[in-house]
Amino acid sequence: MDTRDTPEQAELRRSARRLARELGPATVADLDDATRAKRLAAAVGDAGWFELRNDVGDGAPLASGVEAAIVAEALGTAVADVAFAGLVLGADLARRAGAPPASSAPVAFASSLTDPAVVYGPETAAPLFVVDVAREHEDVAYVLVPEGPGYRLAQVSADGARDGPARAEQGWGSDLTRSVRTIPAGAQLQEVPDQRRVVTDDDLAAGTALGLALTSADLVGVMRGVLDITVAYAAERRQFGVPVGSFQAVQHRLADARCLMEGSLSVALHASWAVDDLEPKEARAAGRVAKAYCARAARTVCETAIQVHGGMGNTWECMVHVYLRRALLSSRWFGDDGEQLRELERERLDDDGLS
Amino acid sequence: MMDFRDSPAEAEFRARLRAWLAENNPGLPSSSTDDEYWARQGEWHTTLYDAGFFGLSWPERYGGHDLPTVFDVILDEELAAAGAPPRPSLGYLVQGITVHGSEQIKERFLPGIISGRERWCQGFSEPDAGSDLASLRTTATRDGDDYVINGHKVWTSYSDVADWCFLLARTDPDVPKHKGLSLLAVPMDQRGIEQRPLRMINGITSEFGQVLFDGARTPATNMIGEPGEGWRVAMTIVSHEREPGELGYVARYAKTVKDLESAVRTEPGSFRSDQRAAVAWAYVQTEMLRLHVRRRLSERLDGIDHGPGGSIDKLLMTWVEQTVGAAALDVSGPTAVTDAENLALKVYLYSRAQSVMGGTSQIQKNIIATRILGLPTA
Repeated sequence: MDTRDTPEQAELRRSARRLARELGPATVADLDDATRAKRLAAAVGDAGWFELRNDVGDGAPLASGVEAAIVAEALGTAVADVAFAGLVLGADLARRAGAPPASSAPVAFASSLTDPAVVYGPETAAPLFVVDVAREHEDVAYVLVPEGPGYRLAQVSADGARDGPARAEQGWGSDLTRSVRTIPAGAQLQEVPDQRRVVTDDDLAAGTALGLALTSADLVGVMRGVLDITVAYAAERRQFGVPVGSFQAVQHRLADARCLMEGSLSVALHASWAVDDLEPKEARAAGRVAKAYCARAARTVCETAIQVHGGMGNTWECMVHVYLRRALLSSRWFGDDGEQLRELERERLDDDGLS
Repeated sequence: MMDFRDSPAEAEFRARLRAWLAENNPGLPSSSTDDEYWARQGEWHTTLYDAGFFGLSWPERYGGHDLPTVFDVILDEELAAAGAPPRPSLGYLVQGITVHGSEQIKERFLPGIISGRERWCQGFSEPDAGSDLASLRTTATRDGDDYVINGHKVWTSYSDVADWCFLLARTDPDVPKHKGLSLLAVPMDQRGIEQRPLRMINGITSEFGQVLFDGARTPATNMIGEPGEGWRVAMTIVSHEREPGELGYVARYAKTVKDLESAVRTEPGSFRSDQRAAVAWAYVQTEMLRLHVRRRLSERLDGIDHGPGGSIDKLLMTWVEQTVGAAALDVSGPTAVTDAENLALKVYLYSRAQSVMGGTSQIQKNIIATRILGLPTA
């Protein structure tokens, strides 16, 4: 039992943090700098991080959930406006189906936001959501179709889902750093050729475990990043002739936030390890524990950050709402704390549950 | 190597411990709710020790086993799984003596602490020196080869059964308050010491006590550290007194959560959705602490750190204990208010002490803000 990074993991952590810090947005205005965002996406692509869960040839992924979570946390810390988790999860699903990796660009997957979408019939019956489809990517998303005791992969077009106010024409939701597309009901399914395996319930549980681990890691990163800027602000901003960070009322809220971040890191690390090293349903349960804790913690930490930033924290150009908005999407994606508690209750408190 | 799984050696140890516990679980009531636990805690300590399951990560030459700290995690997890009492909470005293004591002091005191043959209490707090510990007024005055002690200590855990008191006292009244303190090991069985029990809000009487010193004596050779080094010794101790990894309380919380879960499972349909959610949240919190301890004790493989990080762990532990305590109350039936002996009520009331003992949550937050976050002091 040793939860420390391997030397390779520590190096990945350092390089992912460095890259995200250098190319991520430093200000809200930076979010409109398309050249920078393109360089960021290219750098993440060049680093090979989209392919972390691709098939190395024998059905195993290139890297474990731990490495994927290390990158997710680093991108969250810098609120890096680049698609990542959705594409890694899409590749993970394709690997489980034994489908060749998408030819031109990575493919995300469609979900009810809480669960990977399972479609019965030739077209979708309810609106679906795709996180992390960017303009430079394929305009399709994976869904699952029941087949025998399991599922096979299909895809739907994620195009033509760009109506709505403000940034929605580019496929943006509340998170200013990652796209969310809505696919209206009635989208036609298309075949994904050359699938060598049936996706089982265990595959789905393990894929969900990865989703829970990556969204939890992203939340840890968001907490780390927003706390860094908030502590710096509290040390600098002066009122009554002294830094506001010298007041215990402020200090204690920031201390609480730091503790929440540390506890979140502990559960998120475990969830990322569990993806490949525990039985799928145990891994998913570990993911639910992590997500329940991280989602609640991140909400409190981001709200604290806004409060400590005072009036400034309630203006659009202050970065803190970028963190909060990212936390809101990461919390809801794969289910927020309330959703996870409901599932844990079912597993642990009901007689017909798993335990 | 990031791996939450047991190594072969850890797995072997776990299996051996599990088999032993199946035969040797004393089935004591919870420490937080029952005087019987405290009456038999010493016996449990020596039983665990004699079987080779206590003092795992401490030096072999003092009676430990020189194992990596993660073995303590395994011990706590298996105690919890078996519903056995937690291990005695002594790690902080061992750390304090190890860091500050001379070789002679270590050889004299560590074996007895670790084996449970000599029992200890910690004489820090006083009626007028709680959070402001350095303002304490108990004096230790040199008289020949001895120190003579006068004063009043309070909120002293295990004072009724202790053979020794780990006493923080003022040895020099003429220097600034943090600099005039020294740490002394004082034998409890002597005429100048009177021990009085304190009743906690949940009714238990044998955890907390107060100790009155009236001309009590201890040899000067029983000083731990140098004269005037007392504050630093005390800070080393409290930095570990705060750590769930040293305390082993995770086992107690996990046991309570298990009991709550089985209560809900036994009568499905008779619990409201908010009660079910409270139990599930208590489970999430307890899991968090279990995994957090694994992470923190793994980090110790790089070397032990006596810094302020323990304050983070203490706050997390406090939130867990109080979440679990509140859940116990929330799912309890009417007897929680109609019967003063109700277990859920006692668990809940005891949990309120966790944000005070070992340094209040407010003190921990001051430490985190100034020493970890680097915020300016007022």
